[in-house]
Amino acid sequence: MNGGGPTIIGPLPAKTSLQVNGRQLDFVAEPATTLLEALREQCDVTGPKEVCDRAACGGCTVLLDERPVASCMMLALDATDRKITTVEGIGSVDAPDPLQMAMAEFDAMQCGFCTPGVVTAAKALLIQNPRPNLDEIRAALSGNLCRCGTYPNIFNAVLVASGQEPVEEPTDRGRSASGERA
Amino acid sequence: MNPFAYTSPRNTTDASALAVPNGDFALPVLKSGGMDLLDRMKEGLERPDLVVDLTRIDDPTLDAIDAGRIGGRVTLAMVAESEELRKSAPILGAASGSAATPQVRNVATVAGNLLQETRCWYWRMSQFDCLRKTGDDCPAREGDHRFHVIFQDGPCLMVHPSNLAPALFVLDGEVEVVGGDRTRIPIRDLYADPAVDWRSASVLSPAEIITGIRFKSAPNSAFIALKQKQSFDWPMVSGYAVLDLDGDVIKSARTCAGAVAPRPHPLPQVDAALAGLSIHDEARIRAACEISVDGADPLPGTAYKMTLLPVAIRRAVAAAAHSAGTARGGDA
Repeated sequence: MNGGGPTIIGPLPAKTSLQVNGRQLDFVAEPATTLLEALREQCDVTGPKEVCDRAACGGCTVLLDERPVASCMMLALDATDRKITTVEGIGSVDAPDPLQMAMAEFDAMQCGFCTPGVVTAAKALLIQNPRPNLDEIRAALSGNLCRCGTYPNIFNAVLVASGQEPVEEPTDRGRSASGERA
Repeated sequence: MNPFAYTSPRNTTDASALAVPNGDFALPVLKSGGMDLLDRMKEGLERPDLVVDLTRIDDPTLDAIDAGRIGGRVTLAMVAESEELRKSAPILGAASGSAATPQVRNVATVAGNLLQETRCWYWRMSQFDCLRKTGDDCPAREGDHRFHVIFQDGPCLMVHPSNLAPALFVLDGEVEVVGGDRTRIPIRDLYADPAVDWRSASVLSPAEIITGIRFKSAPNSAFIALKQKQSFDWPMVSGYAVLDLDGDVIKSARTCAGAVAPRPHPLPQVDAALAGLSIHDEARIRAACEISVDGADPLPGTAYKMTLLPVAIRRAVAAAAHSAGTARGGDA
């Protein structure tokens, strides 16, 4: 339509393609589909989580061309032709990323629901800044809420994953930041 | 969100044409980052039948940063990270870097920041009607208005949500627009007089698109936000200051308050009182900033802002005088 004008997609479901973790994923969805909905419901990429659905919590964080974004507040059509990385693209169970190893070592989660978003945002930081200081880590993760309150352990994990010393303060009852029993 | 059609024009001429209601689409809407638009659509406040995507317009000037100009599609993150802007006008990076979260700043644009809608929670909830929607009453006046005005410049008690708009006020900024019969609008004319029009987010017509902002260089400029939270929060009060210094003496000053009025609130009386003072004369600078609340008429729930505003302005002036004080975030 519009004789030579830009193509108009929808409102009925239309073919859409996303580049997710190095793979092209094709599916059919309405233009009103968010990137998060497309990933979880159309592409079976369920690492990003829906929590607040308003870009306030960071649970749905994915990397768009290596920058963290809230996939709940972006249309899937806005992300076509962009490089999307989810937590699944950072490491696997068999070959975890050093950041994921450090998260496990420092017990940097309790319920674990925020963890995919935290790992994704922290990975973006380490790509941009391989040796961030504590303030830089806190700033980079300021868009990720952990309601279990595991922040000190998360910060230590990011410090260790970037080859630095953890902050030496007790972060868990009876356990020091380096993971040893006090 | 309601179902809608979607299109990605490659130039602003097509985008402007598509943004005007026509026979095919009665409710088209322009979208850049889409951060505030999707929020409004999810709440049912906006139900477009066509979303006109601006992110694929083929025009590098929309993404460019220069010492005196920023493209309208530049993200808040790029503004905050720009070394060039840190030298020419540090107030812009500080105000941009203080907004929302890293995830939001990586998507939200300069133009979208200027045109975002108010955070008034009554306006934001579809269950309430209000003066700014179709109603005759303001539920905030008798309700919970703790984040609302102290300057009642119009019947709507909202405060303006943009971090960048007051910065452009003190930088004598302009917005570049296409799609209408004008190419520049001074920032002070971008928003309607709240006593006359309290429903529009700006004076732009549906076809007009902000393609950039222009501003004068101001190495001695600073932004301070007083917030409850350091992340994903809008300021309770914010202070903006640009100083023109002759050694340690303030030749002239431009100050503005944010989050206290329906529009950015310039403070010419403070500017006049600051002129001629030494940046070391703390007592007289304090006195000059105290009069920032002149003319205020706070609500019962916003009286606390009367104490915060002089503090925000004073800290902004101090940070502008010592430009090292405008480091990341500008949060205090």
